[in-house]
Amino acid sequence: MAELNISERQGGDVTVLDMSGKITIGEGSVALRMAIRRLLEESKKRILLNLAGVNYIDSSGIGELVSSYTAINKEGGQLKLLNLTQKLQDLLTITKLLTVFDVYESESEALESFK
Amino acid sequence: MASPMLSSLGVTGVTVETIELKLPSRLEAVGEGATTIADFLSRVGIGEEAAFGIDMAVREGIANAIIHGNKLDENKFVTINVTKSPDLLEISVRDQGEGFNPNTVSDPTSEENILKTSGRGIFFMRTFMDQVDWSVHPEGGTVLRMIKKIEKS
Repeated sequence: MAELNISERQGGDVTVLDMSGKITIGEGSVALRMAIRRLLEESKKRILLNLAGVNYIDSSGIGELVSSYTAINKEGGQLKLLNLTQKLQDLLTITKLLTVFDVYESESEALESFK
Repeated sequence: MASPMLSSLGVTGVTVETIELKLPSRLEAVGEGATTIADFLSRVGIGEEAAFGIDMAVREGIANAIIHGNKLDENKFVTINVTKSPDLLEISVRDQGEGFNPNTVSDPTSEENILKTSGRGIFFMRTFMDQVDWSVHPEGGTVLRMIKKIEKS
């Protein structure tokens, strides 16, 4: 099984990526990078990452989230995060990235925030 | 992955348990090594909360040794020793690289670095372990040493 599974769906004009598994150095981080790159190529620039099923992330994975955020902003888009596990929230807190990312616990509120 | 060597020594009534791993310098070895060490931590009774942080630090330490130390050269190995005594857990990660100066690493949480895509690995090691230091091995390479005090339950 792949380290990170990503499935795509549309919520209005927002692309939601449901992710499960690990965003760690190597396969997981690369899978996230490729998914974001592909969406930007398709001009899908409003992206919500549903991280409910991400049970592990390392510094490489966090770096990839930051990289995704800056790449999407550069294209005039928006990246937001949904359903962080407590562990991921703790990691974003200690790295002070929780203030950088727009984070939601409710999908409907997250989708509404793009409007 | 080379199979781990396990030992348990009873010295003057104090049990010290150790594990040694030798990993090839490829990315997949990070997860393989970390999983073996996580099993060891569970077996020697390290609690879940502490084990999470130690696992983070271990993965970052192995990844740095493989990528920055051995530069993914498959002719080079990373050797890991984990020793658990009653009140301390000590982990050493040795690479065969050309050396590393931790003073050159900047704070990833400072404003100018917050959006950098790398540089958080050592920060996690220092966050989750009680002591982290680096030394030069007499036969070459860098040795990362990380220590965690074990809470008495």
